Amino acid sequence: MSYAFEAEGLVKRYGRTTALAGISLHARRGTVLGVLGPNGAGKTTAIQILATLLKPDAGRVTVGGLDVVHDAARVRRLVGLTGQYATVDEDLTGAENLVLLGRLLDLPRAAARSRATALLAQLGLADAGRLRVSAYSGGMRRRLDLAAGLVGRPEIVFLDEPTTGLDPGKREDLWATIRALADDGATVLLTTQYLEEADALADEITVIDRGQVIAHDTPAGLKQLVGGRTIVVRPSDPALLGAAARAVERVTGRPVEHRHGGALTTPAESAHAFPDVVRALETDGVDVAELALRLPSLDEVFFSLTGVTGSASVTETRETA
Amino acid sequence: MTTTSTRAPAVRRPAGAEPRPWSLLRHGLALAGRSITKTRRNPGVLLDALIMPVIFLLMFVYLFGGAVSGSSQEYLQYVFPGVLVLTTILTGQLSTGLSIVMDMKKGVFDRFRSMPIARSAPLLGSVLGDAVRYPLAVAVLFGLAYVLGFRVETDWVSALGAVALAIGFGFSLSWLTVLVAVLLRDENMVSTVAFLLPFPLVFGTSMAAPAETMPGWLQAWAEINPVSHAIDASRGLLLGGPVAEPVLMTLLWGGIALVVLAPLAALAFRRRM
Repeated sequence: MSYAFEAEGLVKRYGRTTALAGISLHARRGTVLGVLGPNGAGKTTAIQILATLLKPDAGRVTVGGLDVVHDAARVRRLVGLTGQYATVDEDLTGAENLVLLGRLLDLPRAAARSRATALLAQLGLADAGRLRVSAYSGGMRRRLDLAAGLVGRPEIVFLDEPTTGLDPGKREDLWATIRALADDGATVLLTTQYLEEADALADEITVIDRGQVIAHDTPAGLKQLVGGRTIVVRPSDPALLGAAARAVERVTGRPVEHRHGGALTTPAESAHAFPDVVRALETDGVDVAELALRLPSLDEVFFSLTGVTGSASVTETRETA
Repeated sequence: MTTTSTRAPAVRRPAGAEPRPWSLLRHGLALAGRSITKTRRNPGVLLDALIMPVIFLLMFVYLFGGAVSGSSQEYLQYVFPGVLVLTTILTGQLSTGLSIVMDMKKGVFDRFRSMPIARSAPLLGSVLGDAVRYPLAVAVLFGLAYVLGFRVETDWVSALGAVALAIGFGFSLSWLTVLVAVLLRDENMVSTVAFLLPFPLVFGTSMAAPAETMPGWLQAWAEINPVSHAIDASRGLLLGGPVAEPVLMTLLWGGIALVVLAPLAALAFRRRM
């Protein structure tokens, strides 16, 4: 079994708070593992242990076959880390930061410079390289943080919520970069609060909540588990909601479950449900303002996995983030 | 943004290779370069260390000089060697600890700690990088004192010796603020320690007035206070008088501070992992 990293029975406590209550995470070489969970679920703690920044209280963790506690120095040669807590220096320029990191990785000066230039270009920061990081926008900062984790061409890349706070367009740019990493053979661990992001990037997804793994599956398997996609219909006139519901019910053959805020949602059980709904609405002459096929939200994933409403779980655990 | 390959042939050493013995120094120097760049970009951080000694010098000479020595000019000669030591100690205390707390809080050190570098290199880098501040502070102080009329009464070799000794002593004591910073990780606590510490240490000496004029308990403290030796040595080197013993004692105390505080700070820093 060729796992790039493997954590088993990982426990970490802070005083009386248990951040990790025995989780297991693993990814085969060259794959992307998405770790999905709300704030305070333990995602960051797990990544910090894998990246040798924290010691676990119990459990066994190997990265590249090396124990993260006893072989920490060698593990650090294999991994690149990107997370908001491991940050670049705001008083230096983007280029200076990357050159410094290259020098710390023992690259000769010229090689460190050309590596920095290449990474800045790759992440769309070529012009910003000469600016001090304190002048960067949030999105530029996120991309530089990612570049900082890639200076050493790591075999294993840990990305802790790399797109949190980015606009959708910028997020997809960053997704392309992350996909390219995996295509080149790197193993990637990506934590996220967005099912959409895990679905777009991950080969397998581990869902954690309150320091415990509550599901591990492929994105397809997970979606099946939590009830697949949802069709959302918002008529242009709220008065047409009843007509819209009748059209949708004719297609799905089941009553519409949710109707609030002038929109209705219903599970999309078959692949052709969505085009059928589109046609039925057209036939009935229901003019729509919004028509969407969307993945279950994190709240819904948690509801179906734990039976507890996701939003309650998110709010409760936020304090311990 | 392009999606070209990010993984060209590996540049790092094989996974089994151990860090070279010089890695602590090499990485420390690379990180010192970073600290120097930061200082250059924010020269304001130097002001604390420059302004306080200048204020003390002016205050001592013009407020108290007449009363203590009968003449400001005479008192300037008396008080300057002590202010030189005060300057290097303040320079050491006022900056490094704070910048280390900021680096720990912002996560810059976590970035470094996730990399295959010597564990203590970030600390060493901060301390070495801030070392450029000592010659700057001393140069400003000397310049001002010369304008006010201070004159070295020995020779320039001894004067340089006085400067080197004061800087070495201030540098050794600066590891105290590093230790406090790593242990407390709180900029307010670090500032408080850095601000309060110099009072008993530097003022409880013959810096501003001869020890004989003090009450018994303060005289006793001044006797055993290591900074007294540094001030005696500075005075001897700049104005003449006994040199060998105070210099030796200063080196001894500075050495003890360095040998005790630096490894403790490094240990506390490493134990955060």
